[in-house]
Amino acid sequence: MESSSPAVGRVVATRRPRIRWGRVATIVGFLLPAAILYSGLVLLPVVQAIYYSFYRWNGLGPLQNFIGLDNYVRLFNDRIFVGALSHNLQLVVLSIVIQLPLALGLALLVRGLVRGRATFRTIFFMPFVLSEVVTGVIWNFIYRPDGGLINGLIQSIIPGFKDTALLANPKTVLYALFAVITWKFFGYHMILYIAGLQNIPAELEEAAQIDGCGKLQTLRYITIPLLGNTIRLSIYLSVLGSLQFFELIWVMTTGGPVSGSETLATYLYKFGFQRFQLGYGSAIAVVIFLICFSFSLFYQRVAMRRDFE
Amino acid sequence: MATQAVRVSAAPKRKIGPLWQYLVAVAVAILVLIPLVSAVINGFKSNAELMVHPFGLPGTWKWDNYTSVLQSPAFWQQLLNSTLVMLATAIGVLVLSSMPAFVFSRMTFRGRDLLFNFFTLGLLFPIAVAILPLYITLRQANLIDSLWGIILAQVAFGLPGTILILRGFFATIPRELDEAAAIDGCSPAGFFVRVLLPLMRPALASVAVLAMVGSWNNFFLPLLVLNSETRYTLPLGIMQFQGQFGTDWGRVLAFVSLSLVPTIIFYLFAERQIVAGLTAGAVKG
Repeated sequence: MESSSPAVGRVVATRRPRIRWGRVATIVGFLLPAAILYSGLVLLPVVQAIYYSFYRWNGLGPLQNFIGLDNYVRLFNDRIFVGALSHNLQLVVLSIVIQLPLALGLALLVRGLVRGRATFRTIFFMPFVLSEVVTGVIWNFIYRPDGGLINGLIQSIIPGFKDTALLANPKTVLYALFAVITWKFFGYHMILYIAGLQNIPAELEEAAQIDGCGKLQTLRYITIPLLGNTIRLSIYLSVLGSLQFFELIWVMTTGGPVSGSETLATYLYKFGFQRFQLGYGSAIAVVIFLICFSFSLFYQRVAMRRDFE
Repeated sequence: MATQAVRVSAAPKRKIGPLWQYLVAVAVAILVLIPLVSAVINGFKSNAELMVHPFGLPGTWKWDNYTSVLQSPAFWQQLLNSTLVMLATAIGVLVLSSMPAFVFSRMTFRGRDLLFNFFTLGLLFPIAVAILPLYITLRQANLIDSLWGIILAQVAFGLPGTILILRGFFATIPRELDEAAAIDGCSPAGFFVRVLLPLMRPALASVAVLAMVGSWNNFFLPLLVLNSETRYTLPLGIMQFQGQFGTDWGRVLAFVSLSLVPTIIFYLFAERQIVAGLTAGAVKG
């Protein structure tokens, strides 16, 4: 029995052209439920958004008011939309220039600790696990003018300092939000960097030091180049995240004051759901999609190509 | 603390690394923790006291802030709704992603890679892009103001990433195992249920925990889908509570703290799974 079984298996394998219906049933049965849900709720809506974006539609009644590209023309003539786009791009730049280097620095710092490494990692990563609603409400309290922590802190140093409301000033609101974004998300990138650093063989860095590299030189010429794929990945995820900010900003400012912190997603929400301009809202969605999609393709082709091999 | 200090001075300095690293680490830890600790502590203060003393312990502990939340049926209803949605999402994601991940990692057939790319295409679609038509679809299916609407949408958007992660984990099991099972008369489906899933328990736990955290924290979908207060999840409840008691920060912070503390306890137990899932997903993505 046992000795003959492998032979039987081989016979079946050589007669390839015959369709094994049991196997086909397994494949279909295993894929179909996921495929239906995924097509219906993820893929189809994206196609529908493209379709809706050529209509003027309030979400009720039939789609019949075809207006071509008017929604897109209106979009790019709207100062608030252009402002929202620029806020997203500012968040992209701020994240790459400030948040990611901070995360990398802390990953290196945590790696260098002999005691308490796990504890510090746990604490630093904690805000990432919290909901954006909880985060937003707590930071609203911290930023508030009367008795908030920030003003309280300044007033304890400079007595008689007049309350400032950083979230109520269109000039400061984006930076105040970025501080919260950094607080919440640096731990995620730090975790990625820590995982990446673990893949660098310690011998390489030790060898460099033996050859006379200082700490900074080792970092510059050995550690960071070897961490390249993690850094490229972290930039990629950070850019896509920065292009899609919604919850935290909605909770803290709803895009205000005077659109000072409007993002693509808050703008979409306002027109799509609060004013029920579904055609116009869909045009916004398509623009978000095109930006994210073209960035993904470009970045994967140019920057991450070598990481896939 | 004291014993550590003694040990530090006794042992050569190299042992714990330079002091400045610890100072920086402690400073960052304080910056991370202050908002959370102050939310919990300030939840015990009266509004009048908060205006004057946002720092430090309360002069008089106003337990009423916390007890009034704990006595409100709305809070428990929201906690229950959030829990139900979280569990159903995790189960749905686990079942519906592990099956395709199995097919993509262990079966070979024509068009497999194409199908796999079809499934992971969704990773490029931010939920904001799909949200308006998704809303219309849910409305047509009578799933507006229903927890099922949120569960189904969360599962659907969880599929691409989870299939990707699980396929990676499933591929680590040696092929000989499939062959051995087939020789013993085990069908692919039988192998999946009896051999692969039990072996992959840690990977499944990671994926489930990630789905749970994502569901627990989700605000965008419930904001659109749910209308009646009895169906609200906790994040919606917090927003509503803030709208209602906006000027009474003590009560708002008490409410926030009561939804914050379970999350942190869960995190402390599941940190390993969360980190494993996130790094696996990121590296393979």
